[in-house]
Amino acid sequence: MVAAGALRVVRCGGGALRGARAVFSADSKYLLCASGDFVKVYSVTTEETLRLMGGHADLVTGIQLNPHNHMQLYSSSLDGSIKLWDFMDGIPIKTFTVGCKLLALYTLASAGDSVFVVIPKKGERDTFQLVSVKLTKGAGQDLEAKELSVVLDGVGASPKQIAFGREGEYVVSVKEVNLQVYFFKRKLLNRFSLRAVKTKGGDNQFSCVACHPTEDCIATGHADGKIRLWRNFHHRKEYTYSTLHWHHDIVMDLAFSVEGTRLLSGGVEAVLVQWHNESCQKDFLPRLGSPIEYISMSSDGALCCTLHTDNRITIINSNLRFSRSIQGLIKSRDVKTGLVVDPRTKALVMNGEPGHLQFYCLQSDQQLFSLDIVQRQYIHEAGLKQSDLVKVAFSAQGTWLATVEEREEVTDPELELKLWFYEEETQSFKLNTRINTPHDNHITDMSFRDMGELEDDSLILVTTGRDCVFKVWVMVEDTDPEGKYAQQSVSWSCDFVGSYHNYQATNCCFSEDGSLLAVSFEETVTVWDSVTWDLKCTFCHPPGNIRNICFGRLTCSKYLIGATDYGFLCCWNLLTCALEWSAHLNIVVLQPDPLSEHIAAVSWLSKESSLFVFKPNEPQPIYIQRNLCKEKILLAAFVPRDEPETTGSEKYLWLRRSQLLFLTDTQELMTLSTKPLEERLTPSSKQLAVEESLPVTPFSVLLGKHRRQQPQEDTDLGKLVVHNKHEQASPAVRELLHTPAHVLPSASFLCPIFINSLLISKENKSAEEVANEVEMESEKTEDDSDEEGDVTEMEQEDTSHMELLGEVTCKLSKSQEKELRKIRKMDYSWISAF
Amino acid sequence: MAAYKPVVVQTCPKLGEKITQDTLYWRGYKTPVQIKEFGAVNKIDFSPVPPYNYAVTASSRIHIYGRYSQEPIKTFSRFRDAAYGATYRDDGQLLVAGSEDSSIRLFDVSGRAPLRQFDGHTKPVHLVGFLSDKYRIFSGGDDYSTNLWDIPSATEIVSYSEHTDYVRCGCASKVNADVFITGSYDHTVKLFDARTKSSVMTIEHGHPVESVLLFPSGGLLVSAGGRYVKVWDVLKGGQLLVSLKNHHKTVTCLCLNSSGQRLLSGSLDRHVKIYSTTSYKVVHSFNYATSILSLALSPEDETIVVGMTNGVLNVKHRKPEERNEKSQKKRQPAYRTYVKGKTYMPKQEDFCVSKPVKRILRKYDKLLKSFESSKALDAVLEPPIMLHTPEVTVAVMQELHRRGTLRSALAGRDEKQVNLLLTFVARRVIEPRFTPVLVTVADMITDIYQPVVGQSAIVDKQFLKLQEAIGKEIDYQEELLEVLGMMDTLFATFTEKRDMCLEENKSNGLTETVETNRND
Repeated sequence: MVAAGALRVVRCGGGALRGARAVFSADSKYLLCASGDFVKVYSVTTEETLRLMGGHADLVTGIQLNPHNHMQLYSSSLDGSIKLWDFMDGIPIKTFTVGCKLLALYTLASAGDSVFVVIPKKGERDTFQLVSVKLTKGAGQDLEAKELSVVLDGVGASPKQIAFGREGEYVVSVKEVNLQVYFFKRKLLNRFSLRAVKTKGGDNQFSCVACHPTEDCIATGHADGKIRLWRNFHHRKEYTYSTLHWHHDIVMDLAFSVEGTRLLSGGVEAVLVQWHNESCQKDFLPRLGSPIEYISMSSDGALCCTLHTDNRITIINSNLRFSRSIQGLIKSRDVKTGLVVDPRTKALVMNGEPGHLQFYCLQSDQQLFSLDIVQRQYIHEAGLKQSDLVKVAFSAQGTWLATVEEREEVTDPELELKLWFYEEETQSFKLNTRINTPHDNHITDMSFRDMGELEDDSLILVTTGRDCVFKVWVMVEDTDPEGKYAQQSVSWSCDFVGSYHNYQATNCCFSEDGSLLAVSFEETVTVWDSVTWDLKCTFCHPPGNIRNICFGRLTCSKYLIGATDYGFLCCWNLLTCALEWSAHLNIVVLQPDPLSEHIAAVSWLSKESSLFVFKPNEPQPIYIQRNLCKEKILLAAFVPRDEPETTGSEKYLWLRRSQLLFLTDTQELMTLSTKPLEERLTPSSKQLAVEESLPVTPFSVLLGKHRRQQPQEDTDLGKLVVHNKHEQASPAVRELLHTPAHVLPSASFLCPIFINSLLISKENKSAEEVANEVEMESEKTEDDSDEEGDVTEMEQEDTSHMELLGEVTCKLSKSQEKELRKIRKMDYSWISAF
Repeated sequence: MAAYKPVVVQTCPKLGEKITQDTLYWRGYKTPVQIKEFGAVNKIDFSPVPPYNYAVTASSRIHIYGRYSQEPIKTFSRFRDAAYGATYRDDGQLLVAGSEDSSIRLFDVSGRAPLRQFDGHTKPVHLVGFLSDKYRIFSGGDDYSTNLWDIPSATEIVSYSEHTDYVRCGCASKVNADVFITGSYDHTVKLFDARTKSSVMTIEHGHPVESVLLFPSGGLLVSAGGRYVKVWDVLKGGQLLVSLKNHHKTVTCLCLNSSGQRLLSGSLDRHVKIYSTTSYKVVHSFNYATSILSLALSPEDETIVVGMTNGVLNVKHRKPEERNEKSQKKRQPAYRTYVKGKTYMPKQEDFCVSKPVKRILRKYDKLLKSFESSKALDAVLEPPIMLHTPEVTVAVMQELHRRGTLRSALAGRDEKQVNLLLTFVARRVIEPRFTPVLVTVADMITDIYQPVVGQSAIVDKQFLKLQEAIGKEIDYQEELLEVLGMMDTLFATFTEKRDMCLEENKSNGLTETVETNRND
């Protein structure tokens, strides 16, 4: 670990949600998901992350509720430990160290203290076995669990390839074309196998398995999209199976409903299929957005959720209606657009769903929205060449968005350049211009002229293409001459086409004031005047093509920085047209900070990435971090901070105003942080979420109304008083709510105190005082001499009541009298509020 | 969960004119009526009073046509020689016309014989008109003079001879009864005031003036001559406001529409152009068969009458406004029942359930949604879609190609369908916007149906047609490339030459000086 105060590389943007099947809590109010090294708790109703439970050192591979206590959760991880959590409070209760990689976790109610895990077989590669682990009941937090007993050998590594049957009587494992069933009681192992030969359009490989909850029936999914339902597998010979076939590609997961009447299946088609009673009658929930990875059912059968390959959780009602979805950062296979920052929302913009652009908010780890760019039906089928987004550029204010989408064709790529205008009314981008085949070959780069303060007509878009030209696009106003129809509409059209010696144009960028355009053509950087489109000068640093170029900013605006393929970082002075300095570095990423003159460069050399931060006017870098991470860094972006960070060290001044983000080739989003680990944890992961997750009861509605009206009543008393009261009133309530139930006195005793604490007295007594009084009163047993008069009155009233009611009610006991007195003393002014 | 996204049909914006309110308005005329006159039509004038008859001067006659009659309802033929410029008085009662024999005749519209005859010009009179006080006539003749006549006494009031060439056009101010303007072949427009002895203002048009026009306000003056139409501000002392050069031959006539918002100009280049009088941009234009000599627009723009050099009178009537009262009547009761309860305002405690909007998908979209590729292709190969919106057919083909099912959709078709498909491909493959897709389609069709070539004469014929179309297109492209190459060389030599020229000039200059020295 790096010493305190040093920069740390922190993963951000949340881990992949697809480590394991999600689990619903017993009351179906929470959804538990393995997300990278963490376990996340989501609220099913509000979709928000309630808790983030961290502690594993590697990927979490399995989560299961404790069958003996449904408020507890087991999780297994690749780091070889099983943890028992109290997921309501987010506290790890116990850690059991197994000692080898755990690939899947299963629990059984009938198995007592044991859980089942899949571990790699010792000494053999790619062979896995299902073992049961006895979790010892020790006193400490960290326990060793070494009592392993092998249940099944030669199982698949995927958690989907093992399922436990009705009441834990048998376990089923599938691998390749073999199905094995092990009966615990009879200690009998049955093996069945299908033909391995791939027939025409058939592939018998098993992909997943699920067991019927009440009957002896196994459903298996296959690589060719078939689902087989196996019965009678107690016998080796007389087993039977029936086949259901709808999926055209591999069945990714299967799940039976709680009663076993319905079978859900999902695959790469992104369609959830519901089969009724094992017949061919089926319902569909189509277009779920991306291939389904896991399906899980809640224990009451009301909900079902699907985990998708793009980090999305979809919650689906029992009648197969889409309910809601929880969306993390979509990690597409290839982030072609690069990391772009939306100037308006400061959100990170990159490829999302196929054909979509995702706006991802780093602060809240949530997708703000997804903009459909391609606007075509995406067919979830392997091997199809479909349009995808390759380039994105925002104008300085974020009013214009340019996107390029392309589709590989045998001859020429199908290209489309789209320009989007931000509409204030709808708060979203609207398509303004669509240009078919803007270039004859792939578009390599695109940038807007960045002139913040000037009018819209200074807006220019430049695209560079492999067809050896760069094109300048400008806005054209189409005006109808007549007053009545004089609405101006704007569209974009090509203004200038530039080329240089028939070289492929690779990069382009505008200087900060927009007066110069630099376009790199293979080995050469050309600088053009952006008004007259004259070629001003050229730079080159042979050998090697130019990989990246950028202009310096602010005080360093006279410099142009370029990185070449052969490992040179060059800085040219635009005034003298000469090389200022150069450095021998294999720069992969060159990223200028939009708010300062700093430029970050990431180099890639001998399997490690290093970060260099420099100012163009000084050849010495300001900051160097070697061995930033093991993976190759593909992209980087500076995201402006909302408020400048206050860092003590001079060294990290460049991180004050913006945050640096990286994307590695394993699609991990990383950032640099100066703060120690504890501070970085967001407060939301610590705060208790009791209130938000409480269901709406009539009582809470009443309470809510009461709370809302309270400030209105107290407006004349000034804000300070209101504030005080709030603060004082809350501890009593909180204390009541947070004390464990078994140490609390009886409810009948607590009720008046609780109610009292909620009431406001006219004298504006603080709630604490009221509570104290009540407590004192309750402590004093019966000698209330000072309120004797009241008591007599009360008694008179009571007797009059009794007279009316006759002999029905018996005489009040002394304690009851006291209660009544108390009630009388209370302030009922709040009732008038209703 | 996302909804099904329909196929994106790429519609190209039509090049050329855009559909504006103006084009819609000016297109709202019926097909023209052609009437043959005896000679070139030199003047058309609408009566300012209903029923808006119009007087057409051609050859030695003045014909008066009614609104819808194709036969003249009245003819004045008491001219020995050609008649010129028959013009109505403001009340539509009197008509005045000049003639080749230098006399001016005044007619009562209901009578036959001329009421008055004004003699004084020595050459043919092309321009006559009433001043707005109704009792005076101004005229201009080929004797370069401009005269003012008194109607009751039939005497000349004043004669101006300021022009130095034929006076061929003129116009009286509607605001001031004493003011009129004349345009002449001496390139000038002159403004006369009957109260003074000479012209008040002279405007240089720069070309022989063929037609002049005053705006109803009297402040702006339009003159046409040569290829130019120029607008002048009279109140600013004849300052040029705009010069319009939208015709490529001489502009012969001008006319304002009834609202004064549009200016029309007719020209020998067979076009009538319509300008907006606020922006002076052409908002619409009409094409005619022959050169236009005269042009008139009836009040309310009901009729456009254009006279040609070959004596044809072209009359366009406005289409009656389409009224959809009937359909409204039909719809009303249904609408009312439908709307029942529409006015109900939800109360505060009401829980509003919004009805999901049902999207209507086209047939091919429905089929594509259920992955029925062949049927979807069938749906877009139906004649109405294939003929009128080929872009839809191509878009669906592209979508099928994108889904990888185009081959299977194209396969397994019978002779008739293959024929249909090939007809479409052969016809549209040369259109640039369809070429990329249709080339793929053609490729696949030839691949799929290669084994059956020779079995059906019709299909074979279509294949040959396709081959021919593609061959032609290739030749055409080659030719274009050749032209491009030629132009490139031309441009290249041109730019070089310019540099050379400069040098040559320099050397020439030097030699000249040397020569002069020698001469010295």
